[in-house]
Amino acid sequence: MMNHHVHVTDVLVIGAGLAGERAAIEASLAGLDVTVLSLVPPRRSHSTAAQGGMQASLGNCAMGQGDNPDIHFEDTVKGSDWGCDQDVARLFCETAPIAVRQMAHWGVPWSRVVAGKRKLPSGKVIEEPAENEGLITARDFGGTAKWRTCYTADGTGHTLQYTMDSVVIKLGITVHDRMEAISLIHDGEKCLGAVARCLRTGNLVAYVAKSTVIATGGYGRLYTASTNAVINEGTGMSIALDTGLVPLGNMEAVQFHPTGLVPVWILITEGARGDGGYLLDKNLHRFMPDYEPKKKELASRDVVSRRMIQHIRKGYGVDSPYGPHLWLDIRHLGAKHINTNLREIANICRNFRGIDPVKELIPVRPTQHYSMGGVRTNIDGKVYGLKNLFALGEAACWDLHGFNRLGGNSLAETIVSGMIVGRKVAEHTQGVTLEYSGKLIQDNLAQQEERINNLIRGKNGKENPYKLRNEMGQVLMDYVGIFRNEQGLKTAVAKLQELHARAQKIGLQTDGRGPSPELSQALRVPGMIRLALCIAYGALQRKESRGSHAREDYPKRDDVNWLKRTLAYWPEGAELPKLDYEPVKITELPPGDRGYGESSASSTQDQPAGGGNNG
Amino acid sequence: MANRQLTFNIFRYNPTNPKDKPHMQTYQLQETEGMTIFVALNMIREEQDPSLMFDFVCRAAICGSCGMLINGKPRLACRTLTKDLPPEITLLPLPVFKLIGDLSVDTGTWFRHISLKTEAWIHTDKEFDPRAQEERMDNKTAYDIYEAERCIECGCCIAGCLTANLRPEFLGAAGLNRVARFMVDPRDKRSAKDYFEVIGSDEGTFGCYGLMACEDNCPMELPLQQQLAFVRRKMAWAGLKR
Repeated sequence: MMNHHVHVTDVLVIGAGLAGERAAIEASLAGLDVTVLSLVPPRRSHSTAAQGGMQASLGNCAMGQGDNPDIHFEDTVKGSDWGCDQDVARLFCETAPIAVRQMAHWGVPWSRVVAGKRKLPSGKVIEEPAENEGLITARDFGGTAKWRTCYTADGTGHTLQYTMDSVVIKLGITVHDRMEAISLIHDGEKCLGAVARCLRTGNLVAYVAKSTVIATGGYGRLYTASTNAVINEGTGMSIALDTGLVPLGNMEAVQFHPTGLVPVWILITEGARGDGGYLLDKNLHRFMPDYEPKKKELASRDVVSRRMIQHIRKGYGVDSPYGPHLWLDIRHLGAKHINTNLREIANICRNFRGIDPVKELIPVRPTQHYSMGGVRTNIDGKVYGLKNLFALGEAACWDLHGFNRLGGNSLAETIVSGMIVGRKVAEHTQGVTLEYSGKLIQDNLAQQEERINNLIRGKNGKENPYKLRNEMGQVLMDYVGIFRNEQGLKTAVAKLQELHARAQKIGLQTDGRGPSPELSQALRVPGMIRLALCIAYGALQRKESRGSHAREDYPKRDDVNWLKRTLAYWPEGAELPKLDYEPVKITELPPGDRGYGESSASSTQDQPAGGGNNG
Repeated sequence: MANRQLTFNIFRYNPTNPKDKPHMQTYQLQETEGMTIFVALNMIREEQDPSLMFDFVCRAAICGSCGMLINGKPRLACRTLTKDLPPEITLLPLPVFKLIGDLSVDTGTWFRHISLKTEAWIHTDKEFDPRAQEERMDNKTAYDIYEAERCIECGCCIAGCLTANLRPEFLGAAGLNRVARFMVDPRDKRSAKDYFEVIGSDEGTFGCYGLMACEDNCPMELPLQQQLAFVRRKMAWAGLKR
């Protein structure tokens, strides 16, 4: 066996997006030695692409007056369709204003209140209060009672990530970019770090740590059409699941964003509708008020996405070579507003579709966007099933979002949970003495080396990893999308199981030398298919509709049988995940009507007693 | 347009393979509707040559990962449409940056070095008070900071810069624009004199020959010419006062 480098550190953070970097900062400020691994340079993380904003109930702008954490809490719980843990949501809403202000202190150029009257696209005239001039302002987002989404013009994720990374650099935190964690090291009881593959050289490195933190983001790229960056392949969730000990929570809760640009599926931010954009059908009719008279285009994302698909199914979609779509109309917002506050989407429309949104309509369709599910943790970010292991951000199921996340709550979660979980990581790590056997590390390295050699030699077969990935993406698109039903989900599970069997026989066409992209894909694909199976199988078992999980055969929310969280485990050698369930924490707000949407108004009466603890 | 046969001439070299030598390799591809270099390179990798190395992350011109020379010009590959190019397309890695393999270069290390060198973070003695309301800022000031902050560190301005190609330590337009971002930020307490220490030399603002390829090549259309002039004016004053 080759001699591999072993790197010892106090805290190993896997992922350098906003969540990972914020947690790393907190641990570093506590005096710990921190090492951050990232697939890409931190400033290229997917957090950077978040255009819209970050929710925090500052209540500075006219339409945010009277806002407070209680209202934010209520919006978040309703948005989650009562699927979230309410103690987490409460902690989050109380901390979000501090997080926004701290980011301002570190350098984020938040857009500010400008005093005076102005006219909204609806015709309504509002007056920004003179006494709040210069305080952080907010814009409107879906599913919120107040304007609460703080933003920097059209690039909130970008400015947050650049500012966060500037603090990481200032503190001298060690960052190893182009370094991919491919397995967790553990002894069955506690996590001891990770084996990583260098994406510059192909060499394996063992990172040994007192505490390990997973902050690798979502799995959007499991789906063929996703707004996500190409690196979002769920790697952190995969390596946690592969321990056989750690469960993934609510993997069937997948968010589809109403406005992906057809056909490149790049995100058109919710800010476009928040700032007054309309959705139109093939007759240029504004249809959302017909379905959602109160919230119109600004109901929660799951609801708007479903209403769009419903409307398309009724025959009102615009035909195109890429399937039917609808229009997003922002022309009435005017050139000045579009070219400053919505410039990024204006550029996206121009560059990727040759459309000028100042004068033309934007073709959109709901597109996979966010994973509410992930590595299940408690309120401190501690992962179930293994000691010394934490997770946060989109990679985790903390669980703030339940079955639907509100726009603006994901950027906020990355930073707020970074503060809270980072602090808990620091406290925990200070009480840990690093004890590990050198043999365990060597064995883990040897195991990964063997896995790689087998792929290179094609020992188990010659399956093509790209083909498998593409087939998996299509299965999820066809059967595990916005609307789901028993027959489709059964088909999905069967097809994915077949792909999973084939994924055991991947063999490379190339020599896999150095930073081989083919080897990277080959290492990831089997885990990606296991994640897809957790999504499809969890969705098949959940016989109700809740938030983004919409079953045509069980169209209503069922609080009697399904007010609970799915936990998916993958025992070694299994062909399907083993499902377990746990109750959702309800501390303040009992399940009720969301005030928008179709499934939640009445819940259980006319439901067959579906579900149960089937595994 | 869409049924053109495209010929890609792509730079190939894997530095981890001692037997490999830099060379060009040719691939044929049928053009499709709305094809970008992102789409084309992925098709080549998945269908013709799985060893081909290149970098994409957001594929939406937001993250700055995919800078490369496209028919000689530094461009973001994700948002370059093939229909705007002749049927023969030559792709080379960005110069100046260390080559990782084929079209992939190490911009991350380069930019982190620049951030360290210019101490690109807010310098202040103030402690953050979690109970206090945020400090006020004029919205215009916030917007001016944001305009400079918009740089995505793709490296296109650096690759197309004469000085950066000749002088390894030159900060380039991206580096000087980063400095300008902190100069306009009232939260940063550094004086012109402090900045002079860092950029008042040939490696900084006085190294620029004024050829302005940086602004022509910037995919974010940042006003780099204006930013360089702003920094130089500040530094000239600071130099005179020394």
